[in-house]
Amino acid sequence: MTALALARTHASPNRRMWNRFRRNRLGVWSLRLFIVMLVVSAFAEVLSNDKPLVARYQGELFFPILRNDPEVRFGGDFHTPTDWSDPFITEQFAKPGNWMLRAPNRHSGSSTEYFSKPPNPSAPDANHWLGTDQVGRDVVARLLYGFRVSILFAFALTAIGLVLGLAAGAVQGYFGGRIDLTAQRLIEIWASIPELYLLIIFASIFEPSIGLLLILLSLFGWIGLSDYTRAEFLRNRSLEFVKAARAMGLSNLQIIWRHVLPNSLTPAITFLPFRLGAAILSLVALDYLGLGVPPDVASLGELVRQGKSNLDAWWIIFPTFALLVLTMLLLTFIGDALRDAFDTRKS
Amino acid sequence: MTAAPLLEVDRLSVRFGPSTVVDDVSFSIAAGEKFALVGESGSGKSITALSVLRLVDGAETTGAIRFAGKDLCRASEREMRGIRGTEIAMIFQEPMTALNPLFTVGNQIGEVLETHLGLHKNAARARAIELLRRTGIPEPERRIDNFPHQLSGGQRQRAMIAMALACEPKLLICDEPTTALDVTVQAQILSLLDQLQAEMGMALLFITHDLNLVRRFTHRVGVMERGKLVEVGDTESVFADPQHAYTRKLLASRPQREVQPLAADAPIVLAAEDVGVTFSIARGWFDKRSFAAVRDATLRLRRGETLGIVGESGSGKTTLGMALLALQPISAGAIELDGQRIDNAARGTLRAMRRRVQVVFQDPFASLSPRMTVGQIVGEGLALHRADLSKAERDALMSEMLDEVGLSEAQGVDDVLQRYPHEFSGGQRQRIAIARAVVLRPEVLVLDEPTSALDVSVQQQVLALLARLQRHYGMSYVFISHDLAVMRAMAHRVMVMKDGAIVEEGDAEALFDAPRESYTKALLAAAHLA
Repeated sequence: MTALALARTHASPNRRMWNRFRRNRLGVWSLRLFIVMLVVSAFAEVLSNDKPLVARYQGELFFPILRNDPEVRFGGDFHTPTDWSDPFITEQFAKPGNWMLRAPNRHSGSSTEYFSKPPNPSAPDANHWLGTDQVGRDVVARLLYGFRVSILFAFALTAIGLVLGLAAGAVQGYFGGRIDLTAQRLIEIWASIPELYLLIIFASIFEPSIGLLLILLSLFGWIGLSDYTRAEFLRNRSLEFVKAARAMGLSNLQIIWRHVLPNSLTPAITFLPFRLGAAILSLVALDYLGLGVPPDVASLGELVRQGKSNLDAWWIIFPTFALLVLTMLLLTFIGDALRDAFDTRKS
Repeated sequence: MTAAPLLEVDRLSVRFGPSTVVDDVSFSIAAGEKFALVGESGSGKSITALSVLRLVDGAETTGAIRFAGKDLCRASEREMRGIRGTEIAMIFQEPMTALNPLFTVGNQIGEVLETHLGLHKNAARARAIELLRRTGIPEPERRIDNFPHQLSGGQRQRAMIAMALACEPKLLICDEPTTALDVTVQAQILSLLDQLQAEMGMALLFITHDLNLVRRFTHRVGVMERGKLVEVGDTESVFADPQHAYTRKLLASRPQREVQPLAADAPIVLAAEDVGVTFSIARGWFDKRSFAAVRDATLRLRRGETLGIVGESGSGKTTLGMALLALQPISAGAIELDGQRIDNAARGTLRAMRRRVQVVFQDPFASLSPRMTVGQIVGEGLALHRADLSKAERDALMSEMLDEVGLSEAQGVDDVLQRYPHEFSGGQRQRIAIARAVVLRPEVLVLDEPTSALDVSVQQQVLALLARLQRHYGMSYVFISHDLAVMRAMAHRVMVMKDGAIVEEGDAEALFDAPRESYTKALLAAAHLA
């Protein structure tokens, strides 16, 4: 017990922060599972692909996962890229001396099954572990690729919102007075622009893309956080340790960065997992409405929409729903542990 | 003569989980007696008082509390509600938070009268006015419809007393009733309590840390240390002949004079000439009013000298201190450090000046960033102003400084640099704040109520430390305080401020012995130092 206490006081601040995080076991397990999910989705191309990883044809090595050669290279008739689920190709590679190493799941996020027997959407079987969607794309692959898109999008959107929100809140709260008053009015005007209409308008003018969505959602995503941060800054800037820092001669930027910001992060950290979750859900919602990512990009929202229009195809909606719920839960638990970690008062 | 005591606390223990906060405490209070429980923070004196009213939540209480023959520990919650307010009333330290800001004073006093005495609304109002008059609030007919924020601190405390006395209780518990008030107001409230106690013949239980108050005001006293009642007896005999070591330590910890004579040719370090500070208060969008917080303040601070600035809250003493630190823009006059203007100075001048003029604040909990380790807090200024030194040299300076203020492994504090402020006690935090300032080797140190938030015994240690550092480094102090005893112990010269102006200035001894201005006399009389 005393040895433990001793080890705690001797550890560096970062180490102690990690120790506090570790004390929350649910958070640690959630973080582990979440990291596994991230890693798995990062290797989506290797794990789930319609093209083989390596293939050997007539003594020559091919890496179709990197460069898909036309079918004629493998004895076919067409100059189009090879469709590796074509029974003819399978036959060619079954000949002695030829082989191919395929991904564990033989479908990519956008590859369509042209040779399947049952009609689309087809129920789960040995080839499609979670069946196919209404266009004949593998649901496992869609989930894997869709999760990656969602999570990367959410990270980017949250990071941008965090930076903008903290910066805007910090400037208003720290300097106060006229700057604060003016900025507040501008923000009120800005916040009264209807976001959804803007999205609809832009979706009709421009080609929908992830980048465009990120910019449009970022334009409004920071406002809520900036209000909380501003309030925290207003409170903290009048505390004595800030006066002491001013008396020490630190510049405003140093005071904000080292003294006020770390003490004003509570709302940012508390809302962080919820913001991530909200970002995922906002992309899901936009995809569901058809305002989101382009149709060829796998996305969870698009799966939800398909699930709704094919209610009898339970293999679409249930796994998608389960994945979304699991992600939200994990983020919430991690957020809890994160809050503990940032609370220096917790022993 | 030995009538049954009004209140008898018998072997009371209060535990919160594993920690015992009140440990086997027994004392009794006779009807009409003034009894004080003294102790430092964390001694369990407030919990003992709250236990009498059974207002402590989540605690395990053993022992007996007999009030007029009835055991309050066994009384039902319903019976307790009947006793609270009518038989035993209580007033608190901070009248602003103890009164509900959304109700008028009259509402709140009337509520007590209506619930406990069943008075009709009009009768309650008439009685409330009468009570307010009795507690010395001017124009009670008008004040009764005021909200708490419209009253001054002293008036709020009077209203609290009026509320507590509404049902003529037999016992009034006062938890630090004057701590939040200015000295002159303190004296008024105490004499009011004294007078009301004599008129109504009630018993008073005083919870306080103020020995001066105990001595002047109470019949008997109990001294508490870490949950235990270490000594109890007649006030006079306890003060004259303390039996327990802790009592002796408490009594000895009143500030001792620590002033070294100044060198005759000590140069002037800091000078202020006719300094004025004006705040503008916005009224609506376009209308502004200005308010002079400091007017025509002139001062000279010589090397190694301690200049005390005394005044009550709102006197402008802290604002003047902030102006001297160039943290508060001034609207008139000039401030010079070694002959160089530092008011409205250029950035470079200010930066050089920052190292030479440092500050220590009152509240050791608010003056250290809770998210920075002690190493970061003390090292920050060095990294900024002593960039000429290597990291190792700066670390050495820092460790040396922390050792000097009494925070090092040799002094039983392990691993100071890696720890956060909340792991230290109030006194230790104030030492950290002092180390942060003095490690820069400033020439002037502004001390804004540096010991007001500390317990008396700790206060004495911090004052001794400040005096030692002053001798060692030849620093000049601007010592801002409302505490005249501390001022007398520390200052060479004293300035008395009132409503933004300096009303009297002089050598500390002379000023304390023979004050010229009536305000100074009133201050000294209130603090019972004259």
